[in-house]
Amino acid sequence: MPGITREEVAHLARLSRLELTDEEIDHFAGQLDVILGAVARVGEVAADDIPPTSHPLPLTNVMRPDEVRESLGTEQALAGAPAAEQQRFRVPRILGEE
Amino acid sequence: MNDLIRWTASRTAAAIASGEVSAVEVTRAHLDRIGAVDEKVHAFLHVDAEGALAAAERVDAKRAAGEELGPLAGVPLALKDVFTTRGVPTTCGSKMLQGWIPPYDATVTRRLKDADVVILGKTNMDEFAMGSSTENSAYGPTGNPWDLARIPGGSGGGSAAALAAFEAPLAIGTDTGGSIRQPAAVTGTVGVKPTYGGVSRYGLVAFSSSLDQGGPCARTVLDTALLHEAIAGHDPMDSTSIDAPVPPVVEAARAGDVRGLRVGVVKEFGGEGYQAGVEQRFHEAVELLSSLGAEVVEVSCPSFTSALPAYYLIAPSECSSNLARFDAMKYGLRVGDDGTRSAEEVTALTRAAGFGPEVKRRIILGTYALSSGYYDAYYGQAQKVRTLIARDFAAAYERVDVLVSPTTPTTAFPIGERADDPMAMYLADLCTIPSNLAGNAAMSLPCGLAPEDNLPVGLQIIAPAMADDRLYRVGAAVEAAFVDRWGHPLLDEAPAL
Repeated sequence: MPGITREEVAHLARLSRLELTDEEIDHFAGQLDVILGAVARVGEVAADDIPPTSHPLPLTNVMRPDEVRESLGTEQALAGAPAAEQQRFRVPRILGEE
Repeated sequence: MNDLIRWTASRTAAAIASGEVSAVEVTRAHLDRIGAVDEKVHAFLHVDAEGALAAAERVDAKRAAGEELGPLAGVPLALKDVFTTRGVPTTCGSKMLQGWIPPYDATVTRRLKDADVVILGKTNMDEFAMGSSTENSAYGPTGNPWDLARIPGGSGGGSAAALAAFEAPLAIGTDTGGSIRQPAAVTGTVGVKPTYGGVSRYGLVAFSSSLDQGGPCARTVLDTALLHEAIAGHDPMDSTSIDAPVPPVVEAARAGDVRGLRVGVVKEFGGEGYQAGVEQRFHEAVELLSSLGAEVVEVSCPSFTSALPAYYLIAPSECSSNLARFDAMKYGLRVGDDGTRSAEEVTALTRAAGFGPEVKRRIILGTYALSSGYYDAYYGQAQKVRTLIARDFAAAYERVDVLVSPTTPTTAFPIGERADDPMAMYLADLCTIPSNLAGNAAMSLPCGLAPEDNLPVGLQIIAPAMADDRLYRVGAAVEAAFVDRWGHPLLDEAPAL
């Protein structure tokens, strides 16, 4: 298995929406290299014909009857939001300026 | 009155039901204890004295009105801060949720309230339940009541420490890779990871959804069973909740018998990396089981040696996905929203400020394992190992009724010792992880002190899925025999705080 470079860590941090400092990237690159070296052992287990298990239980979708029920009010739903306005979540701009 | 904090939950409930003490007196005694020792232990992140006393008053009023009380009515409990509690802060040990007050109760919270259990407050934990030491809490570590300079286990260190420090007779934990059993082992308490799907995960802030399982913690096997029964059972709010009757755990804990039972010792749990005193106490426990009439055989589960690597691919993968919800928009922290930055930039700055190093490390590891080109080699292969582990368990259960092992390879280590060595830290969950991957039930209970450091050692009992009652039947027999041998419960040997 290949090791992990600091450029890869920086790329993964961007994908994960984590703003890391250069120092953190260096630190994590070293640690992740060790961790990946250890977990890469799963690749040595001969399991070509083994079906993967994603979950300990067989999963089926669960539906409830389509009945109107009481739900959280707007005020309660917004109570934990960092910012709210006009009964909505207020978010920073999503579109670019151009 | 002071010694009522040392009572078991079942004794406390009986004393409240008979009128020997009031629920308010019991609650006050525990709040006083928390006030006296928690500055040193730091088991709690939030103490809800007002809510606890109000709940206790309701129990006393019910009794006064002649209403029949449930088996745990009026008994105080410490709740891991990963369960939502309406109107009471829930932080998951993270800065990301500092000050967040959930608008709803988790099913476990609701069932505790319905059972008239008195919730004292929320306990400290590794951030988002990631860790084996409770050092990763954003609010500072918890101390082990046996030696405050040592870890109380993780991620549910606060819950276990609250029990061992006599701050509460009952606690709730969650176990993703051992976070109920490992803290129980290193604090000399009892902890059970029920069968996956046996206790609802609704309102349990998700870390790794296919592994997370809430469960009971207490100082005796019977108390653990009573709590298990109070929180378990089908929940339509959780699609992974098993729709079947709860195994008769309380009945099993009262019966406590191992005669004729076949007990398997897993060959792969032992050897290098295991502390000598841990192995010694474990072997004595096996001899005890044999002397009590169990048939002990060695079984081999070869895939267990790959469990740790598989876990450290699956859990981070699921965590990287689950923690995507912390995007600074709907709840929790928001950093850098000064009008000049985009939503994406604010999200990245917020997550950088809100998450601690262990969480960031796992998010990046999980993102890597799930990324194109690596998915098959890492995540896909880990899922196949999971199948092999389930097959190993199934083959073992054809020969035996339960499996036993040490719960942890070592006793509690000093705070800070493994902080910068993730692989050394991950080894603490070596024996507990296979059960999470396969979804079966497991318990840890005290089996003595390691001679070299006088710290608690845990015995792990593992049972097939939906056979949780077997844990209690075996656990109660072992506990009774040990207490008989020692002349008192193990926790009586813990130093005074």
